[in-house]
This record gives sequence, structure tokens and C-alpha cells, in this order.
Amino acid sequence: MHLQVSQVSKSFGEGRDRKLVLDNISFELVSGQFMALVGSSGSGKSTVMRLIAGLERPSAGTIHLDGVPVQRPGSDRGMVFQKYSLYPWLTAAQNVAFGLSLQGRDKAEIRERTAYFLDVVGLADAARRLPRELSGGMQQRVAIARALANEPKVLLLDEPFGALDLQIRESMQEFLHDLWKRTGLTALLITHDIEEALLLAGTVHIMAPRPGRIVHSVDVQLDRSDLRHLRVSPPFLELREELASRLRSLDGALL
Amino acid sequence: MARSPALRRFVSHPWVLGVLGILTVFLVWWLVTSSGMVDKLFLPGPGAVWMAGTDQFQRGILVADAAASIKRVFIGFMISAGLALPIGIAMGTNRTICHFLEPLMALIRYMPAPAFIPLLIIYFGLEELPKVMLIFIGTFFFNALMIMDAVKFVPSELVETALTLGGRGLPILTRVVAPYIAPQVLDTYRINMASAWNLVIVAELVAANEGLGKRISLAQRFLRTDEIFVGLIVIGLIGLMIDLGFRFLMRRACSWAN
Repeated sequence: MHLQVSQVSKSFGEGRDRKLVLDNISFELVSGQFMALVGSSGSGKSTVMRLIAGLERPSAGTIHLDGVPVQRPGSDRGMVFQKYSLYPWLTAAQNVAFGLSLQGRDKAEIRERTAYFLDVVGLADAARRLPRELSGGMQQRVAIARALANEPKVLLLDEPFGALDLQIRESMQEFLHDLWKRTGLTALLITHDIEEALLLAGTVHIMAPRPGRIVHSVDVQLDRSDLRHLRVSPPFLELREELASRLRSLDGALL
Repeated sequence: MARSPALRRFVSHPWVLGVLGILTVFLVWWLVTSSGMVDKLFLPGPGAVWMAGTDQFQRGILVADAAASIKRVFIGFMISAGLALPIGIAMGTNRTICHFLEPLMALIRYMPAPAFIPLLIIYFGLEELPKVMLIFIGTFFFNALMIMDAVKFVPSELVETALTLGGRGLPILTRVVAPYIAPQVLDTYRINMASAWNLVIVAELVAANEGLGKRISLAQRFLRTDEIFVGLIVIGLIGLMIDLGFRFLMRRACSWAN
């Protein structure tokens, strides 16, 4: 798997109202990599994700997945939104099965894969429950299972834990890290939370707003054997503070 | 006065309160009429109305009238609802169709449907067609515009998720948009059914051989106020039944939305 984003710019609006939201974004993502884009609101980080998902088209530049230009949304790029993305009339299992059944897969295969991915996210027992009967964290795990059930080449996570309480967010981060280790998935995470990015991603790109652009990139070399411990370890806190002050200076320059 | 909490809870139950409200009006009605303050010709008592009702029922008029009115509402509203669904969905999903139709519909919607009656009689005579048409005209535009709104409020995440799961066009319509709007569509129908029910009575008041509205206008001619009351109460009860039917259907079919 090779995702290549090269010199992508995006503007919205026309004529005088034309606004540049992304300016010359380039990066690459390869199999098994976990990458994060961090920025404050207005940095266009969600737009990057929507472009990769094919929900928007770039104004300039190209996005290639395994050498094929991205033209439209497709099941090879799974996406998890911040919230409101489970189908409220379908059970957890039916939600997970939704993509497979849209593609007209065979029933036995759908059943088997649905059970498997519900199990992967630890929700085998919740299969028959409706989304409203699940906690926010469980709902997001169903959304992740649904995206994974399609076996996408890359998983796009748009602030997946942004709407959750702090404690649940922390356990979801641990869950996601564990999932990544177990399945070797390739992920691109959008977040405004530096801690989340550093905990999970091997590569972190810091984005500056107006227009959105990548201003700093770090390869994170930390021992992730114990995330709880990592959160409070000095090298982690040091790195976090360094990036936080960079973000602050970006925002400060605008005030 | 010793008031037990159980009694208080019973009395404050919504159903009990609702029945109490209706009973209060009946009681006042009975008191006023039995006191002899009002001429019976103007305001017959509950007993007289009940008698007139059972009489109409025994002669078979009541059922025939109700059936005639219900049939007109049913046919007119079925056509209205059936056409409003695809057109409302088309307007909600396609900007061109929406811009083309919305101003037109918003305009016609504000034309009072009963004002079409003279025209409908000139065009279609006095048979069933003008009555069915009136119900159609009076409900179609509301149905279509309200369904359009329901479609517009489908969260974009739900559609976009389906796109990223490999969905396209029609399957997204049938498997994401349709189930999401189903509760609002049923509610739209429930609300606009009330106007359909109003309009059939208006149409029958103007011209009809049978129907609950026709019976009321005949009763007026013979100063049978008791029969007018029978008509009003039966119309109200049937309307209430239809309303409850829609609510029941919604609770059964869209339990996820409650």
C-alpha cells in the first residue's frame, strides 16, 4: 500500500469569496504506518482527509493510492467520522455488515466477517444492540469495525475520539494502539490533540492554519509498550511540550 | 383531606387527565342543557345527540356516510402521499429540481384549497373526482415540501459513510436516506391527513349525495342540531383514530427513532 499526496491545494468558493484552505500539502503513507495530522481548527486537516477519501477533489495537485489517482470515494479507504455516523436503525452487527452488504457480498461471508470484526473491537456481545443503546466509546468502536470489515488499504480517522469524555478517550486511544499492533493496519489520524498524536502515530505532521499547510514533521521514537506509563514519561512530556509550544506560536502569530 | 400519593399519581397520568378534560366538557354540556337555560333547538343535550346517533346508525346512514367520506380521503390522500414521496425526495437530493419546483409549490401551497372547489366543479362536475382532487391539491404540496425538508436534514456523515463503504446512488437512497426519513415521512402524513379530513367535509358541504359533511349540511336545512352534533363527533372520532393509527405505525416501524 502506498498513498501519495503530492502538492495538493484546495480552495473553496469562487471569485472574490475564493478561499485557500490547503496550500501545497505533500506526504506519503506506506503499509503498516500510523500517521497523524495535528492542527487547530481552520488548519484544513479534515479537508486533507476528505480529499483522500474522495469526498472532495483537490484544486491542484494529485493523490495516488497504489499509483491510481483518487477520483471518488471507495471501499479501499475506510473512514471513521467524529460522530453521528452509525445508522441508528441498524444493530451494531448490521452496521458492521453495511459496507459488505452494499457491495453485495455473499451472506455467509458477511456473517463471518461481521462476527470477526465485532470481536476484534471487543463488541461481540453487543451485536444485536442499536447504536442508541451503546456508549459513545462503543459506538466509535462499531464505526471502526465497520470501516475495517471492508478491509480497506488505509483507515482514515477524523477526530474519532473528539466527542468522547477524557477517560473514555484515553481507553479508546489504548484500544486503537492495540488494534494497530494486532492487525498491522495503516492509519491516518486527524486530531487537535498532540498527546493523542504522539501516543499513536509514528509520524506526526503539524499543520498551521489559514491557509492550511504542514509546517513541521516529527518521527516519533518512543517506547509504546505501556501507553499509561508513556503518557507521564519525561521524554514524552518533553516532546509534547515542544510541539505544543510550536502550535501555540502558530496561533499566537495570528492573534 | 387525606390524599394518597397513589391517587395523585393516578390523576396526574396523561391519559387520565385527557379523559378528565373530555368528561368536563360533557358535564358542562349536560348541565347547561338539562338546566333548561338554552333552547333545545339550538343546543340539544348529550342524550338527544346519542339518540340521533343511534337512529342514524340503525338506519345504516351513519356507516354509509362515514364510508363515503373515508373512501374519498383515502383515495385522495393515497395519490397525494404516493406522488409526494418521490417528488419530495427528488427535490431534497437534487438542487436543480428543488430550485425549479420549490417556488411554484410554495406559491400554490398558500392558495386555500377550498377556493379551488368552484373550479373543480366546473371542470369535473359533482361526482367523486372533484372531491378527490381537492384533497390532493390541499395536501400534496405540503407533503412534498415537508418530505423535501426531511431529506435535506439527513446528516451528511451518514451519506458520506455509505460512500466510503463502497455505496453509490440508488442504494444510498434506499438504504440510507429512505430509512432515515421514514419517521418524518409518517409524521408528515399524519399531520397532513388532518387537512385531508377537513377538506373532504368542506367538499361535501358544497356538493355531495352522501358523506358526513353532506349529512351535516342536510341537518342544517331541517334545523336538526342534534344530527349536526352527531356528525361533528363522528368526524372527530374518526380523525383521532387515524392519528392514533399513524402513531402506532410509527412506533412499530421506526422504534429506533423514539
